[in-house]
Amino acid sequence: MPESIKADIRAFVVENFLFGDEGDAPEDDASLIENDIVDSTGILEMVSFLEEHFAISVADPEIVPENFDTVARLSAFVAGKRKTVEAAPTGA
Amino acid sequence: MRVEAFLRHRAGLTPSATAVVAAQERLSYADLDRLSERLAGTLCVHGVGPGDRVALFMENIAEMAVAIFAGLKSGATVVPVNPGIKADGLTHVLTDCAPKALFYETKHTGLCEEAMETSKHAPLCIVARTGKTASGRTLAFEDCLDPDTPLPPLQNDDRGLAFLIYTSGSSGKPKGVMMGHRNVEAAAAMIADYLENDDRDVVLSTLPLSFTYGLYQLLVAVRTGGTLILEKNFAFPHRVLEKAHAEGVTGFPLVPTMAAMLADLSEFPAGRLPALRYITNAAAALPPVHIKTLRALFPQARLFSMYGLTECARATFLAPEDLDRRPGSVGKALPGTEAVVLEEDGTEAALDATGELVIRGPHVMQGYWNDTEATAHVLRDAPDGRGKRLHTGDLFKRDAAGFLYFVGRKDEVVKIRGEKVSPRQVDAVLATCPGVREALAFTTPDPIAGHRLAALVVRADPDLTERTIARHCKHRLPDAMMPKSFIFRAELPKTPNGKTSRRLAAMEAMRASCTT
Repeated sequence: MPESIKADIRAFVVENFLFGDEGDAPEDDASLIENDIVDSTGILEMVSFLEEHFAISVADPEIVPENFDTVARLSAFVAGKRKTVEAAPTGA
Repeated sequence: MRVEAFLRHRAGLTPSATAVVAAQERLSYADLDRLSERLAGTLCVHGVGPGDRVALFMENIAEMAVAIFAGLKSGATVVPVNPGIKADGLTHVLTDCAPKALFYETKHTGLCEEAMETSKHAPLCIVARTGKTASGRTLAFEDCLDPDTPLPPLQNDDRGLAFLIYTSGSSGKPKGVMMGHRNVEAAAAMIADYLENDDRDVVLSTLPLSFTYGLYQLLVAVRTGGTLILEKNFAFPHRVLEKAHAEGVTGFPLVPTMAAMLADLSEFPAGRLPALRYITNAAAALPPVHIKTLRALFPQARLFSMYGLTECARATFLAPEDLDRRPGSVGKALPGTEAVVLEEDGTEAALDATGELVIRGPHVMQGYWNDTEATAHVLRDAPDGRGKRLHTGDLFKRDAAGFLYFVGRKDEVVKIRGEKVSPRQVDAVLATCPGVREALAFTTPDPIAGHRLAALVVRADPDLTERTIARHCKHRLPDAMMPKSFIFRAELPKTPNGKTSRRLAAMEAMRASCTT
């Protein structure tokens, strides 16, 4: 998985939810919800960020803790999405 | 009847029926009764009893449900505390009601220690989800469930306080609403009655047990022998709906923000909750577009539009069959209670004229903890000499058929995601931020949250950044009270009389967003 994806997601979490406070930045595998970093409407902000920043589209059933609850899972989710996009045949 | 008697009664009738489901845990009525009995025994061993408070600072986890009944069984008054508050908020609760025991989750240890230090109040601490064992005045939750613990003495007096629930007012610190066992019994019975709850109901609640609306999901379920599925939040609507489907949910309490999130879902888990019998909405009015969406999503579910406040739990409800004719109404007073709209002079307001909603009934609180002045302001003698009436501070009007409509607040309090937010309390926190000369929080309408909070800030220190202020606030305010943006100004908007004006700030912000 490209490290740049993880770095971008971390930067977004720190800037948007922690207002730049690196000291409170979560470990890659720490739950964003359980640690009170992201709340219900924060997940919606996260979805918008991923869609815009990484040019992917996120379906409702994909917005689940397995994809969204940690920086590591978010990164893996985005990397997986991009692979599918790249692998897909380009339009004729 | 005392509230814990609901549980003892049902545990006797249907011991193996499921009472509470939280994450992977399933507690039968027998489990919930036995565990809360042992925990109450432990509390009593540590000197907790009638006349004491027990504060519960936990999310919607199984331990919270057990602790609620344990606190009541010990004879103490249970103080459920919003798990979203920060150290400042908890300090206020500890100082104000001096609980003899405090329950919290390991992840909040730092916050709780800070609050105990600031408040100089050191209760017995019972910590959930900790791997550690007891040390001094700190016990692990699991260690308080020893089967050899002596049983707590049976409490018979139902005239005492069951709950103390903190609620935000327009100014000052949150106030503790004193609910007696009889108040709670009356409210739970009336709610169960109009929702027609029984032991076949399975209710899924994402509302915190520390809020009245969430707490009564538990109390009503236990009173009627139903099952309560507890979820911590609505962050992952799809996952919550899958669970609701798997559990055969029959009741689903909502706030408008959740309805807005449901409306945004384009793909829906299969089945659409075939067993769903009813949906309730409270905390703020449900916009007509969401009523339409909910009906399309769950065509067989009856939709109850309700209005309540911590001071009397629930005040009115609109029967589902009246919803089409009066979509903007919250209905009428609960049967056996009274809800009238009064003018300033205490006379009943004319039809369709705006006045204050005033409530009377067995569900009305005993007053605010430690605050006789505030109590006297809202609980006033009725002119007919038949007890006290609750002056809600909410502006209402009434139509010719007696249906009630929420108009607004007498003060500046708004609901954000269903939680009460006082802009003045946000001002106070902003004012303590170094480098801020003065600040004014204001709200504009928001399609999901109901309201969007922002703040105008006049800097004393020109180098002060938005980030610094945001950090300051994040450490002091619960999420709902957190401004979404900070706008720097040379001065605050003022009325011709020189008074700072939230209305002008909001109007300016809305004009700016229209032109960009």
